[in-house]
Amino acid sequence: MSDMDDMDDGSGIIKKFMFLNRKAPHGTVYALEGLEVVLITAAFDQDVSLVFTDDGVFQLMKGIDSKGIEVKDFSKTYRALEGYDIEKLYVDQASMDARGLTEDDLIVDVTVLSVDEMANLMAEQDVVISF
Amino acid sequence: MLHIVNKSAAERSSLESCLRMATKGSAVLLIEDAVYAATTGNAAAAKIQAAAADLKIYALGPDLAARGMAARVLDGVNVVDYGGFVDLVAEHSNCQSWL
Amino acid sequence: MQFGILVNEGPYTHQASDSAYLFARTAIEKGHKVPRVFFYHDGVYNASRLATPPQDDRNVGARWSKLAADHGVDLVVCVAAAQRRGITDGVLGDNFRISGLGQLVEMGIQYDRLVTFGD
Repeated sequence: MSDMDDMDDGSGIIKKFMFLNRKAPHGTVYALEGLEVVLITAAFDQDVSLVFTDDGVFQLMKGIDSKGIEVKDFSKTYRALEGYDIEKLYVDQASMDARGLTEDDLIVDVTVLSVDEMANLMAEQDVVISF
Repeated sequence: MLHIVNKSAAERSSLESCLRMATKGSAVLLIEDAVYAATTGNAAAAKIQAAAADLKIYALGPDLAARGMAARVLDGVNVVDYGGFVDLVAEHSNCQSWL
Repeated sequence: MQFGILVNEGPYTHQASDSAYLFARTAIEKGHKVPRVFFYHDGVYNASRLATPPQDDRNVGARWSKLAADHGVDLVVCVAAAQRRGITDGVLGDNFRISGLGQLVEMGIQYDRLVTFGD
């Protein structure tokens, strides 16, 4: 059974999907398994926004080295998202500020949004899935 | 939009994150351990009462009752049962669970 | 209205599966449809038929199986999450099936609402 079999649901419907990442990597599995959903969704040609807020912004840190905890480093995958036509990556300014981070600390290019911009983006989605 | 929060405000920042992102007029439903925030004397009560000016705040009755909190609900918080939960999801065009 | 439901935690440790079940059952009682429930992360443990909770407690997995039998709910367990956690066809409860994450995405595309229950 392969995810590849499921790709096209045949409906031709395009919905706005937001994946909201609020958790740091490694402490729990949500960041990794959330990313797996994002990759599958890309194959359905939906309008995908990938958002990082709260501790979720830590998923995008440069210089992650997980060898010492013997866990796969999946942070490189964020760089490959462009190849899956997932180009709308957003981070929340306030979450960055609260963690002493700037765009230079992140492994991919992102659009930084204010709280109001983020709130409006969320409100206009058809489907929001939060990890 | 309907926002659903399920964790105690004393344990997680999810209520705070939700209230930060909820636009005026949207609904917030507190379920499971999040219902404590909607009760009198709770440290998060002021936050809920302030938010109630711009948002519609709901709490799930069966979760309040299961925690001995049914008689301590803040003024301005609407208590709903599971049927009300279903109605809220149906009435709003989308929903977000702040896990 | 058609509701898709995503369950992200296993039974008992978290209330998520209970909340999801009560939501699904109530939605059906009110005349809505719940065509599919998708189990992801530790939610895949809901599918194990090996669970034997005490007689005076609810059986979370069996309750899902019965809801599926009574109302035709499609109980889908994510294959990748299941393989990580040792949930195989051999331990699945009645009316659960293992399939890909595409089934979750389809719920988002095809149904009116997607509601997530987790930790």
